[in-house]
Amino acid sequence: MILYIVRRLLQSGFILLLTSLVVFFGVYAVGDPVELLIDPEATEAMREASMRRLGLDRPVWEQYLTFVSNALQGDLGTSFVHGEPAIRIIVERLPATLELVALSMLIAIVIGLPLGLWAGLKPQAPSSRAIMAGSILGFSLPNFWQGLMLILLFAVMLGWLPAAGRGDTVMVGGIAFSFLTWDGLSHLILPALNLALFSLSLVIRLARAGTAEARLQDYVKFARAKGVRPHRVVGRHILRNILIPIVTMVGLEFGELVAFSTITETVFAWPGMGKLLIDSIYNLDRPVVVAYLMFVTVLFVAVNLIVDLLYCVLDPRVRLEDSAQ
Amino acid sequence: MTEPSPERPASGAAVTAAAPAVDLWRRFRGDGVAVGGLLVFLVVAAAALAAPWIAPQDPYDLTAIDLFDGRLAPGEESLSGTVYLLGTDDQGRDMVSAILYGLRISLMVGVVGTLFAVAIGVLAGLTAAYLGRWWETGLMRLVDFQLSFPAIMVALILLAILGRGVDKVILAIILVHWAQYARVIRGAALVERNKEYIEAAQNLGFSRLRIMLVHLLPNCLAPILVVGTIRIASAISTEATLSFLGVGVPITEPSLGLLIANGYDYLMSGQYWISVFPGVALLILIVAINLIGDRLRDILNPRLRT
Repeated sequence: MILYIVRRLLQSGFILLLTSLVVFFGVYAVGDPVELLIDPEATEAMREASMRRLGLDRPVWEQYLTFVSNALQGDLGTSFVHGEPAIRIIVERLPATLELVALSMLIAIVIGLPLGLWAGLKPQAPSSRAIMAGSILGFSLPNFWQGLMLILLFAVMLGWLPAAGRGDTVMVGGIAFSFLTWDGLSHLILPALNLALFSLSLVIRLARAGTAEARLQDYVKFARAKGVRPHRVVGRHILRNILIPIVTMVGLEFGELVAFSTITETVFAWPGMGKLLIDSIYNLDRPVVVAYLMFVTVLFVAVNLIVDLLYCVLDPRVRLEDSAQ
Repeated sequence: MTEPSPERPASGAAVTAAAPAVDLWRRFRGDGVAVGGLLVFLVVAAAALAAPWIAPQDPYDLTAIDLFDGRLAPGEESLSGTVYLLGTDDQGRDMVSAILYGLRISLMVGVVGTLFAVAIGVLAGLTAAYLGRWWETGLMRLVDFQLSFPAIMVALILLAILGRGVDKVILAIILVHWAQYARVIRGAALVERNKEYIEAAQNLGFSRLRIMLVHLLPNCLAPILVVGTIRIASAISTEATLSFLGVGVPITEPSLGLLIANGYDYLMSGQYWISVFPGVALLILIVAINLIGDRLRDILNPRLRT
């Protein structure tokens, strides 16, 4: 177990190292770092100073070491547009994105699990076929267009929900949250639905497949034969056994949701990290783009690590397999 | 819908080279959903290819469009008496024509990107499975590394560095898709590699290249076909998304994604048609391809064979 954790930690460190190399070569070797990282409107003296600070007058391997040591100290450059450290701007936008992602995951599970369960229990029913057709549509609909249609339907035609922005927020521990006010929540619903649709379809499919398989297992037949009430069979015997793959998937889907939040946030003008990335690409604010990439990499590596470790705790088979090697 | 004939003899014994393809076509033909998807796809593709001849106007010929016809609703009559079936965009461009031309770019990017990605993925997957050793380890670590990042993020960052352009979008699609194919093909090839016919070929002294291309590759075609089909849809969707975000194709070559982005500004004022209709075209295309892929998976799955 400890061996496994240590090995996973080493792997994660290796991935970070590899990403820093890829990013470094993307910025320093392929592009011109002077042009990429120093404000084009800077004076000659400022350029000189920045070049010295970034170590651009040094050999390549020394530049890489400077880049890594700066990154380790949380210095990933200064935004041209905002004039603040890039990493600070990103961290400021993080809560808005996390709020969106968290609600989307919740929607995916709370709606997806019952629908998938139903479709798995009654595969021939018309309602089940409708659910499965809906999930195929959920996979096929391009995320951004589906967002536009949500705006068109709920904001423009029906006028029920606002289409853009974050609405009123409440500060809790120095972090702004939207879901604590009615106005904020109404702003949150459409983007969260938009972001959730793909994961929702995935949860439906997984839950259906799991249920369809579990339904025919001996322990379910036995429970039925024993006279256990149907809803108890579903709740205790089927649901528990299909939960592990779904929980894992939702955990792994976190990274995917953060990535897709760039699209949702752009469509709904939601002020999170994703919108910041797109804005920065538009404004050629490259230090922010580079910082975003490094930040998100650390986030993904951390999440993958946590999911793997949780899996190892939840499913004894993983541990056994590992110690057998 | 006619059911595929259940009393098919179990495949085995001597089969000629052409038989699997004929067999596949027979099973495919018997599947109503698959044929429907294929027909829709063919109609859309044909319409896109024939756009210069069937489109009511050339949307990129500035003399053909009239700025006074801007943002006309579907069916609304313009000052000159022209009626635009699906309305016009802010430049007075007929939406039907814009969609037909947009489909060309979307399809081209999706198909070309997928073809290259499949070629690279097949090469990587086959050689990894057959040659093994450090080549396999290194290649598969690279695949793992890349797949630990969401595809859309990788494409977005790449295009942020490279800038807009049709060729760059295709490059991004190749880069984010090849790893998926490599993994699938390696999985399939690993299973095939241990079968007796490969051993027989090795004992006959055939070269490794010949065994890989003539013996291993044809037997891995089923997963390539299934994943390749579904991935075309995903490539088209990726391109549309990137173009919508403003990092994809340039404004001189508007794909469906860019058309939808144009309409975004007018959505709030209820002028829905500029965004909605290109999106519907995109959706029809993607659903058709996904249906074909979904049915192909079942048709080619040996476990579902009777």
